[in-house]
Amino acid sequence: MALRPGRRPDAAVASRSSRILGRGAGRSAAIALASTVVVFTAITLIVVNSPGWPEFKASFLNWDEVKVWFPDIARHFWVNVKLFMVCEAVILVFALGIAILRSLPGPVLFPFRLMAIVYTDLFRGVPTILVVVMLGLGVPSLQLSGVPTSELFWGGVALILVYSAYVAEVYRAGIESVHPSQEAAARSLGLSRLQALRFVIVPQAVRRVIPPLLNDFIGLQKDTALVAIIGPVEAFRQADIAQAADFNFTPYLCAAALFVLITIPLARFTDWLVARDRRRQFAGQG
Amino acid sequence: MRRMVIAPLLVALLAVASACGSSTANDSSAGSAPSASAATCTPEKLQTLSPGKLTIGTSNPAFSPYFTGGPGHEWKGQFNNDPYADKGFENTVAYGVAEKLGYTPDQVTWQVTPFGKSFAPGPKDFDLYLAQVTDKSPRDQRVDFSVPYYQANQAIVVKKDSQYAHATSLADLKGATLGAEVSTTSYQAIQDVIQPDNEAKVYNSTSQATQALENGQIDGLAVDFPTAYYIAYVEPGGLAIAGQFSGAGGEDQWGLVMEKGSPLKTCVDRALNEMKSSGELAELEQKWLSDLADAPTLQ
Repeated sequence: MALRPGRRPDAAVASRSSRILGRGAGRSAAIALASTVVVFTAITLIVVNSPGWPEFKASFLNWDEVKVWFPDIARHFWVNVKLFMVCEAVILVFALGIAILRSLPGPVLFPFRLMAIVYTDLFRGVPTILVVVMLGLGVPSLQLSGVPTSELFWGGVALILVYSAYVAEVYRAGIESVHPSQEAAARSLGLSRLQALRFVIVPQAVRRVIPPLLNDFIGLQKDTALVAIIGPVEAFRQADIAQAADFNFTPYLCAAALFVLITIPLARFTDWLVARDRRRQFAGQG
Repeated sequence: MRRMVIAPLLVALLAVASACGSSTANDSSAGSAPSASAATCTPEKLQTLSPGKLTIGTSNPAFSPYFTGGPGHEWKGQFNNDPYADKGFENTVAYGVAEKLGYTPDQVTWQVTPFGKSFAPGPKDFDLYLAQVTDKSPRDQRVDFSVPYYQANQAIVVKKDSQYAHATSLADLKGATLGAEVSTTSYQAIQDVIQPDNEAKVYNSTSQATQALENGQIDGLAVDFPTAYYIAYVEPGGLAIAGQFSGAGGEDQWGLVMEKGSPLKTCVDRALNEMKSSGELAELEQKWLSDLADAPTLQ
């Protein structure tokens, strides 16, 4: 990090903004506030005065519907929560395996690299909803004894397969970002190739990819709603049922609120991790 | 300099925003609906989507035995039935209503409308919509329903060799894993009337739900009785009807869906009432749904 002494980045930003506004920060804050109020008031007025607003309000923002359906939807949201908790744990391990398989060197191990490449290409390419339907309705129709017929199980497997392909690529990017000299140094200390991977490269790689990893998990949390298509009633499906029962779209808003409620803490946690990593990485420099 | 331009611009934006729309809102409330009579219920007088034509919406696929014309027009594929064929229970009811209103068959236009879109806010792309839609509260706050043209029981379809095939009461089904198609009153009937021990499953379409039944993922499928009959006996397969029962709050009353405050409602009701009193509606029911009488009733 090459910072010139006596000139912190925020100082540079501050001096530039004062050059544009020409006055103190208090005045620019007041203008920002006024402008925000005007723009948002204008947007609100346009929406509220639109010809369809009364009907829209009754269909999408109906408090009575919230009161009737929110408890049911929240209860079924627990299915989503359980599903992504289990899936995330499995994906973390499974995807790392794929990424390591793909990073293995040498011509002898080429078939394994090929398998990993085909896997990631295939499952990143097929729409998640198709994987869910094919596994959820397809595998049970084989009627193999001992194979679970639970849709929730197969929906979970589908999500794991799809998201592991993404997460494996994230891991691989992390592994490849570790400088080759690290492996060389580890090998020169007498560590085997696998030991070097285990003790030197993977720990550094994983630490680097935690933010994009959590980003994929936010995606996964939302995609648990796709499992509804093969039968289980979760938050989205319960909202669907409510919508058809009452001809009202407000229940969808309830489900959306629950998903946002759970992804925002994870998003902030990711931000915090990134900030902490940066502090640690650049501690003592400057 | 730049600020001086932007500030009035913002003020102007606000002014436009507060003005726009307000003139067009709520100017359609003029006059209450006139009482229906033969004179007012004519293609010339009726305010339809396209003047002189009656646009009727239904879903795609349009299923037997409600539409049985076979694939055609927009309705292609395995389960599809072309509504222009005038074959099947709902199909003939729709043409019957159109005739009573004075429309010839070629003045009737059919429109593919997914169920969810039939009650979405905003302008409708149909004058009438029919796809086994049950009239119940609070649905009637969002759309208008005609007087009912059919009363449907619910039924449970099972595999022939299932332990539930010989159920004699609703209590016998309590231990079964049941499924229904989403956005049907059948799901509500499972929850309210049978109250099974296991969580009911919900599927996007009747065909997916039937697949799940055949896979053994559910023990029984709840559907409207005529649909059950079609699934179990018309399409080949090892399925049977375990029994029929009244849904939550009695039988389902199917009505034609119209836009809330539709000027057509009084005329459509009048047409349906005429079809009822003349026996025409009963004839159509007899013709297309007559085989359905024999299935045990579960209490």
